[in-house]
Amino acid sequence: MSKDWRSYEPLLIPDIPNLHKIDVYEQNGGYSALRNVLNDQDTWSRENVVNEVKEANIRGRGGAGFNAGLKWSFMPKPDGGPRYLACNGDESEPGTFKDRAIFEYNPHIFIEGAIIAAYAMTVDTIYVYLRGEYIAWVRMLQEAIDAAYEKGYLGKNILGKKGIDIDMHVAYGAGAYICGEETSMLESLEGKRGYPRIKPPFPAQKGLWGRPTTINNIETLSNVPLVINNGAEWYKNIGAETHPGPILYGISGHVNKPGVYELPSGVPVMDLINEVAGGIRGGKKFKALIPGGSSTPVLRADQLEDVTMDADSLRTAGSMMGTAGMVVMDEDTDMVDVLWRISHFYRHESCGQCTPCRDGTGWLEKVLLKIRNGEGEIKDLDLLLDITTMMEGRTICALADAAAWPVRHTINRFRDEFEARCKKSVHAIA
Amino acid sequence: MAEQELVFTESELEEIEKIKAKFPTAKAATLQVLWVAQRKFGHVKPEVQVLVADTLGLPHSHVHGVASFYTQYYKEEMGKYVLDVCTCLTCQICGGYEILDHLEKKLGIERGDTTEDGMFSLKEVECLGACGYAPMLQVSNEMYVNNLTPEKVDDLIDSLRAGNMPEFESMAMPQHKKRNAG
Repeated sequence: MSKDWRSYEPLLIPDIPNLHKIDVYEQNGGYSALRNVLNDQDTWSRENVVNEVKEANIRGRGGAGFNAGLKWSFMPKPDGGPRYLACNGDESEPGTFKDRAIFEYNPHIFIEGAIIAAYAMTVDTIYVYLRGEYIAWVRMLQEAIDAAYEKGYLGKNILGKKGIDIDMHVAYGAGAYICGEETSMLESLEGKRGYPRIKPPFPAQKGLWGRPTTINNIETLSNVPLVINNGAEWYKNIGAETHPGPILYGISGHVNKPGVYELPSGVPVMDLINEVAGGIRGGKKFKALIPGGSSTPVLRADQLEDVTMDADSLRTAGSMMGTAGMVVMDEDTDMVDVLWRISHFYRHESCGQCTPCRDGTGWLEKVLLKIRNGEGEIKDLDLLLDITTMMEGRTICALADAAAWPVRHTINRFRDEFEARCKKSVHAIA
Repeated sequence: MAEQELVFTESELEEIEKIKAKFPTAKAATLQVLWVAQRKFGHVKPEVQVLVADTLGLPHSHVHGVASFYTQYYKEEMGKYVLDVCTCLTCQICGGYEILDHLEKKLGIERGDTTEDGMFSLKEVECLGACGYAPMLQVSNEMYVNNLTPEKVDDLIDSLRAGNMPEFESMAMPQHKKRNAG
């Protein structure tokens, strides 16, 4: 890391009172990236914007970590028909609560980023999809969008530029984790049950209503104005080399100061827990961390020495960056209980399209409930591991994988705790 | 409660037209119009689903399919206030179940039930995206009430009984000194 995280000043959500108001955002340099792009379309041709964002390597903050600019470049050439940008603010992976901070404190940086993205990909309509539970934040975002329309940043002939017409609409769900899966979100935007689609065709080819569509996370798009204002080189110098930029870390669980913190990528995990979030509460010992939402494999405290919050370091450690929603657990945490509850969640949220997921998530939960209630046997642990291999990679979307990974890794990393909860097997060999 | 006539008013129909204008198809408005209906009628029972379908010119089966897929739509009549208590992951390890148990005792009902006076329905729900402020609950698909303790829950019940919905609680970013001072 080029600079110490301790001297970092927030960029996505700077500490400026009333920044959610468009005038305050403008007074602090807001919408200058969009202005610069549209006022100098020779320098900032659509292609150049895509290339600059690709070069900056903004890795998707929704969990997959894919280079946003590269994703944009998959959009086919315009054919005169509608093209869409669908912004994913569903934010329903347990442990994740960061995008709502953008809607609340700095919605315009997201709106500006989305408009620049729409320009770069020749998109005419932007949809922002929030989870239905976030109705309070839906209203805040709508207010910000209305203000952006009034100022001429959205609508017809944006900033007086002929032919730059971009609309932005908000839609919201009604309680379904699966709608955070990108193709399920498209189905929901089309007014249907949130059943994920088979890929290919990928959304860039056939997305909303069969038209080219790109899907980006809210935090991902909020990074775009930073890249345009300061350049890809500057951006790449923030945080971890292969996963650069600011990150909204959502730290929750057994820490003294939970909350959303904006820091560079690549901050050491133990610094985030002990310094940023004020350490484990009640003077207890740190036991385990789920680093990026419920589907990312849990890590034991002893696996986290020198691990930093970026895709590479976490992969080496045996987990993933996910959404950087960090769930911190102290020594009193019952891992059997935690895993049962995670499995209950995935069973509840499986959409039911694919048998390995519909049945598999049910099996996982039931067997874990049996173990949790002291009725399980050691062989049930192997049964659970077996089920995970029958789910992973065998379904339309990644929900089955997301359900399987925590089971496999929590059992493997806390096997003794699980065995201690099992009855002595009556089939044991003498 | 007197039977409410199942129709949308002129101003609701206007709102629905505005929603439809956001999308290239009427079908796309299904979720949003179900919300309009639920806010008006308090539920989307089959007869309300039919109204939504007919208003949008869609098959009844489509609207029923959507209404039954999403958990926030009430397919039966609920209490005046619905308490959605999160018990998922962070809320679980931070005492979400204790809050749920406390509410069961306090209201004299089990999760999934409604009090006899029709005031409260109690539900256990999955992650609501407020993990930093666990344990928490949501009131009637509207406001989040964060960092719950049994005492805070008691106060909430009292104020709901008096007819006061909780106000929006802004959960500050701990890093922000200037904003938090203001």
